[in-house]
Amino acid sequence: MTADATDAPLDLVVIGSGPGGYVAAIRAAQLGLKVACVEKAELGGICLNWGCIPTKALLRTAEVLELMHRASEFGLKTGPIEVDFPAVIKRSRDVASRISKGVAFLLKKNAIEHVGGTARLLPRPGAWRPHQVHVDLVGGGTRVLSARHVIVATGARAKPLPGIVFDGERIIEYRKAMTLPTQPRSLIVIGAGAIGVEFASFYRALGTEVTIVEYLPTLVPNEDAEVSAELGKAFTKRGITLTLGHKITSARNAGDRAVVTVEPVAGSTGPVELTADIVLCAAGIAPNTEGLGLEHHAVSFERGFIKVDDHLRIGDGLWAIGDVIGRGLAHTASAEGVWVAEQIAGGPTVAVDYTTIPACTYCHPEIASVGLTEAKATARGIPLKVGKFPWRPLGKAVAAGESIGFVKVLWHAETGALVGAHMIGPAVTDLIAELTLAKATEVNVESLVYTIHAHPTFAEAIKEASEAALGHAIHL
Amino acid sequence: MAQIIGLPKLSPTMEEGVLVKWVKKVGDKVSPGDLVAEVETDKANMDFNIEDDGVLLHLFVKEGDTVKLGAPVAILGKAGENVAALIAQGAAGGAPTAAPAVAAPAVAAPAVAAPAVPAPAVAAPAVAAHAPTATAAPSDGRLLASPLAKTLAVELGIDLRTVAGTGPGGRIVERDVRAAASGSAAPRLAAPAGAPAPSTALVAAPAPVAAPMSSDTALAKLADAPGDWTDVPASNMRKRIAARLTEAKRDVPHFYLMRRFDPEPLLGFRTRLNALLGDRGKVSVNDLIVKSAALALRRVPECNAAWIGDAIRRYHRVHVGVAVAIEDGLVTPVVRDADLKGLGVIAAEIGDLAKRARERGLKGHEITGSTFTVSNLGMFSIERFTAIINPPEAAILAVGGVSDEPVVKDGAVVAGKRMTLTLSCDHRVIDGALGAKLLAVIVEQLEKPESLAL
Repeated sequence: MTADATDAPLDLVVIGSGPGGYVAAIRAAQLGLKVACVEKAELGGICLNWGCIPTKALLRTAEVLELMHRASEFGLKTGPIEVDFPAVIKRSRDVASRISKGVAFLLKKNAIEHVGGTARLLPRPGAWRPHQVHVDLVGGGTRVLSARHVIVATGARAKPLPGIVFDGERIIEYRKAMTLPTQPRSLIVIGAGAIGVEFASFYRALGTEVTIVEYLPTLVPNEDAEVSAELGKAFTKRGITLTLGHKITSARNAGDRAVVTVEPVAGSTGPVELTADIVLCAAGIAPNTEGLGLEHHAVSFERGFIKVDDHLRIGDGLWAIGDVIGRGLAHTASAEGVWVAEQIAGGPTVAVDYTTIPACTYCHPEIASVGLTEAKATARGIPLKVGKFPWRPLGKAVAAGESIGFVKVLWHAETGALVGAHMIGPAVTDLIAELTLAKATEVNVESLVYTIHAHPTFAEAIKEASEAALGHAIHL
Repeated sequence: MAQIIGLPKLSPTMEEGVLVKWVKKVGDKVSPGDLVAEVETDKANMDFNIEDDGVLLHLFVKEGDTVKLGAPVAILGKAGENVAALIAQGAAGGAPTAAPAVAAPAVAAPAVAAPAVPAPAVAAPAVAAHAPTATAAPSDGRLLASPLAKTLAVELGIDLRTVAGTGPGGRIVERDVRAAASGSAAPRLAAPAGAPAPSTALVAAPAPVAAPMSSDTALAKLADAPGDWTDVPASNMRKRIAARLTEAKRDVPHFYLMRRFDPEPLLGFRTRLNALLGDRGKVSVNDLIVKSAALALRRVPECNAAWIGDAIRRYHRVHVGVAVAIEDGLVTPVVRDADLKGLGVIAAEIGDLAKRARERGLKGHEITGSTFTVSNLGMFSIERFTAIINPPEAAILAVGGVSDEPVVKDGAVVAGKRMTLTLSCDHRVIDGALGAKLLAVIVEQLEKPESLAL
């Protein structure tokens, strides 16, 4: 199949098929646009193939394993429990591949042409002419697509910290960390953001000795301070070594082991050497902006990310979404994709509200949040009614054997609007949906506490925490 | 899904209406704001504009039928939709699936006060509720608002029915209520047509005639936060209105005289006239007032005059301008030699001028040369108001509505009616006593309406 720029122009070419790109392509096709999606690797991008999905498969293994170790608590007897590490990795890869095939099916169903290759924008032939996208096809050969609109959705990749070079063997990034041939006996994780704590949690569950090194003084520094502290306690209890408030000065492969030199950010003690089988650098990302032909289109950048206007435009008929503009997560990219597709199609749309994007971290215990942390809200002078409810007294949690963590809600003291919600513990990555809906649709605290929550459920904790904010939790 | 459309409230006091004419027929495609029918209400013939998209699938009423407020008049839906069930429901007097439009006239401008002349008064453009992204109320009459918006509206004293929603599906969210409270009313300003009601003074004023545009374009600062306002570009008409009325209010020393009178004899006289006219036309209260003003100017000729800088020019002919609200503005067509014309002629002329005014079909000579103006807001339940003089005229008469009230008759308090006229005078031409004399003659003739036939 070949085509060149003399063909009738498409309505839209999407560069990249991650959760931003493929969602934008499908939404545009639903709205009647003629769409092609260019992808140089697997459909679904990092999220489906090397990020969100395969790591969730790994963490499910960790969860099952941890429960098996607790079997006697639930009145069960087991024999010796062994980890078949290659099988764990294989399951994760199978899950990713299945989801990626699902994207291929969806593109086909929506009559979106999947062009396998590496795309590059050509200079525009004229102000009112369609954009030209040159594609070096995966199987060899080239092709030029012509389209009235182009969405750049090329994502981002791991960026090593200064002084660190990935060698793919002992000093690695996340992609290698989910495909290691053997389970490391010891692991140093640099960076205590979502990726770092998830891998730390996974490998620790399998029995690896794990040390986390983080520049800031807490784990998951973007989360509410109480959540960070609770995770710190839980990780310490699980035997994870926390080296917080430390910076990396070097990391090298010493043949039979990796050696990392760290020193405290504050204080006078000197550098310390840490050794492990593997060092995973899970700090820093870099947007994929190279080789896209952006130099022909007066694109400007901010800290390396593509700069867009209030509508996510980078020029006439040129748009950018997702990690390449650096605003957040997979679901942010998808929301941006829908918004841009609807803008292009000219129909009714609603702009992405960046204040209502939930964040989920799938370590054990899980973390989920939406809105402002208490510290940020206080710094902005927002009057708060804060309510917190621990899992410990909750019927469902007791029955499930879950006692770590809590739900914390911040309601505006005057308007009753949800300012933020922070949860750590069982099922919270799903429970955050209720509070995200509350925030996005302006459910106020009164409406929430009069909403009947089924008993017994984990979700009751949200209602109890909100009642606590009003000063009358039933079960506290 | 097809819906039954009910008869909307087209005037504030309307309880029923006569469907005078179907403008659209079954099978016609309509869009929000389209004129579908003309309805004669207690005040005037009003335009019935549709608020939704679709195809007219069924009409429940024939031309000439009297329809109660809210009663089914038509079914709107998609072409080819089966509406048998809805027809049965509507024919059985079932409630409309679409609540009647909240038809506070979006343009609260003075219609020419021509109750019941053919197609006279201002239509209430139903499109006010249909901004592309802001919707005051969905067509099913339900109010979509977030819990927070509702709470906030109570706290801030905002009527949510007046707030345009900018959330998904036109839902009213916090920012919309805050915008309404801060008075920036951004969502409403964003409405494409039937923009927010202008100030009473502006409305009350008569038409601008061709005049040089003011160079004063200083922008009013509406709100401080970016995003709290929308600038709606001024049409040429709006610019002329702004320039002319600013000039008039600034340069003409206005003073105001008010008279209340008993309109019952006038209303009775009008009923008799209309009975005599039969199908040859209808005379409105406003027509009678125009005639009375014209005769009064003949009897008090010092008021039929203009200040021209170093002299007072007395006109020998009486030409009465009648303020007519049109989309995004107003014009004042002129009834020439109104003192000499019979009531039937005046009624027919005003009806024709008003109709063509709304169609923007007036010629230049038809909107210039008036020596006095009548402006009427009675059909909007305005009790009384003061109008801005239309230079170079020396006076303008502002006509309020008829209200039921207790009156003293033969020493006893009984139920009666009252109407208020307010005369704005240019003090350079008319002194208090002179203005009072003019107003007295106007009122006396209205109280003894047979004198209008003399």
